[in-house]
Amino acid sequence: MNAREEILGRIDGIFPARPAAEVAADHERIDRRYRRAHHGGGIVDLFAERVADYRATVLRAAPSEAPGLIAERLAARPGRYGVPAGLPAAWVPAAAAIVRDPSAGELDGLAGAVTGCAAAFAETGTIVLDHGPAQGPRALSLVPDFHLIVVLAGQIAPDVPGGLERLDPRRPLTFVSGPSATSDIELDRVEGVHGPRTLEVVIVA
Amino acid sequence: MSAAPPPSPAMPTYLGMPAFPDAARRAVADERLRANLRHATTTIRGRRAGAVAELDDWDALREAGKQIKDHVLANLGHYLRLLEENVTAAGGTVHWARDAGEANRIVADLVKATGETEVVKVKSMATQEIGLNEALAEEGVTAYETDLAELIVQLGDDRPSHILVPAIHRNRSDIRDIFLARMDGAPRDLTDEPAALAEAARRHLRAKFLSAKVGISGVNFAVADTGTLVVLESEGNGRMCLTLPETLISVMGVEKVVPSWRDLEVFLQLLPRSSTAERMNPYTSTWTGTHPGDGPRDFHLVLLDNGRTATLADEVGRQALRCIRCSACLNVCPVYQRAGGHAYGSPYPGPIGAILSPQIRGIGSDVDASLPYASTLCGACFDACPVAIDIPEVLVHLRARAVEDGPRHPLERASMTAAGWVLRSPALLRAAQRAASASRRVVGRGGRIGRLPGPLRAWTATRDAPVPPPESFRRWWRRTDGGRA
Repeated sequence: MNAREEILGRIDGIFPARPAAEVAADHERIDRRYRRAHHGGGIVDLFAERVADYRATVLRAAPSEAPGLIAERLAARPGRYGVPAGLPAAWVPAAAAIVRDPSAGELDGLAGAVTGCAAAFAETGTIVLDHGPAQGPRALSLVPDFHLIVVLAGQIAPDVPGGLERLDPRRPLTFVSGPSATSDIELDRVEGVHGPRTLEVVIVA
Repeated sequence: MSAAPPPSPAMPTYLGMPAFPDAARRAVADERLRANLRHATTTIRGRRAGAVAELDDWDALREAGKQIKDHVLANLGHYLRLLEENVTAAGGTVHWARDAGEANRIVADLVKATGETEVVKVKSMATQEIGLNEALAEEGVTAYETDLAELIVQLGDDRPSHILVPAIHRNRSDIRDIFLARMDGAPRDLTDEPAALAEAARRHLRAKFLSAKVGISGVNFAVADTGTLVVLESEGNGRMCLTLPETLISVMGVEKVVPSWRDLEVFLQLLPRSSTAERMNPYTSTWTGTHPGDGPRDFHLVLLDNGRTATLADEVGRQALRCIRCSACLNVCPVYQRAGGHAYGSPYPGPIGAILSPQIRGIGSDVDASLPYASTLCGACFDACPVAIDIPEVLVHLRARAVEDGPRHPLERASMTAAGWVLRSPALLRAAQRAASASRRVVGRGGRIGRLPGPLRAWTATRDAPVPPPESFRRWWRRTDGGRA
């Protein structure tokens, strides 16, 4: 007997297999009396506060101000920036040294990356990338030491349950809650290990 | 063709590992270890309490987490078949491993098929459990641990002592010393500032990440109805290992499957707050099979039994399979805080280790027979557990099993039988209490009784007993007529 048959055989011997519809009905009966969200209003403010708690830089801008603000942030750290080809043109500063869709070999030499996002959770200060056209492949926002994410106010869900509903699990997803950190030295959080050590978030509302 | 693999046990008991009481006695005498543990566990306990108190529906989340896990265990065959179908449909390859040896063989063969001799690893309890690094080394493959704490353990030629923070027994100056002595290219002027230590690790591993062709990971959750794998981490080393290599091999215990994407809304609230006391951990990666143009081209998932179906068969013990490896039970445990993780002789230390290791490995060794006793049954672990595992209940259950099946059962059973006989008879209890009071004058040292001679030896060999009061309650009641005299 191969390993698969043997393991499934042991399991079926303890809990015999049941029709899928019965299993699904049991799953529906799980007691879910927890909250769908812990805060009712002030979602954008809550998101800004929670992201800042992770020692990320949080900036807010009206749509018309966003291009100027992004240009200013990049100018503060001179260097070449990687952006995905699908990033809205208004968010790509004309004066900066921009590499569109950098190759894997170029990433480590970049000063940073600028991307959009797919969704955000206010309660936990989490931003989710689904690596669509405005976000680029996973490596783009991982290898460079600086990551600026543009979040539209409408992308912010109040909490984890509503946020997950907005995502497509068939896409690769990266949930980002603050800059890279570790708790491995005396169980205390220290920002900055392998991922981007500086995270800047521009909320456009 | 390679030779047949050597026989391998379910989970290696660390070689030469003494039973818990002997190992603990040594650890308790180590002042520095105790100070490091006290500092770290006290810090995290306070922060975790705050992170949990912030959610006024924590109990409801905990109950949902428990019910989802119990539902999975009761329908494990269904969900594993569904997971396999969906991972395969998304371009991944699923392998099944009955035990550690089989899992190591599968992974080693997959690595060798790529022609590579180096792999980068994300911290993973499952691969610790099966001793994968050692098995790969025997095949000429070097595994680089990339999690900071695992790196500290690996460079220090040490063993992990905590589920979440394997180097918790090391303080910042220990870590600096290890880096200076063992890390290639560590700056000579390295300080013990945590930020400087993290920077040193970043520089040390960067080239490895950028050139690695094979990554190996564990799995926190696997979503059956989409085939999605989920890994939670902090440093970004996980993202590196999951994204940059061409081949990704993930090893998961069969109990890690969850039914649907929606179920993550419970665990993504329970796990970060319980483990690192954060609202959310810095990075969580999810992937479903392979994604053209982004990440590994080749994905393999190894489903590991290794004693889990045997655990599933035990009606009381199976709740240990609900564990999401948060380590909250370690941080609140008075025994863990004093004895440290190494005394448990297993990659799974603390209260959860005391119920998981003997079940996964079977109660065949002194260390596994003694683990169910590595507890005061105070219940703090149960209160802290985000999926409500009644650890004290399982400990008591396993004590009975250790007496029945364990290596020392004649002695232990004799003393337990004697205790039962004494407790059932008031006259004998009186006599025993008088004898115990008398012993107070003779053997009480530092307020504790160590090993006793004679028939009480079997009991005191595995536990220090508090010195009995000078007068038993029963004698006091008789002498004072119930306090009226």
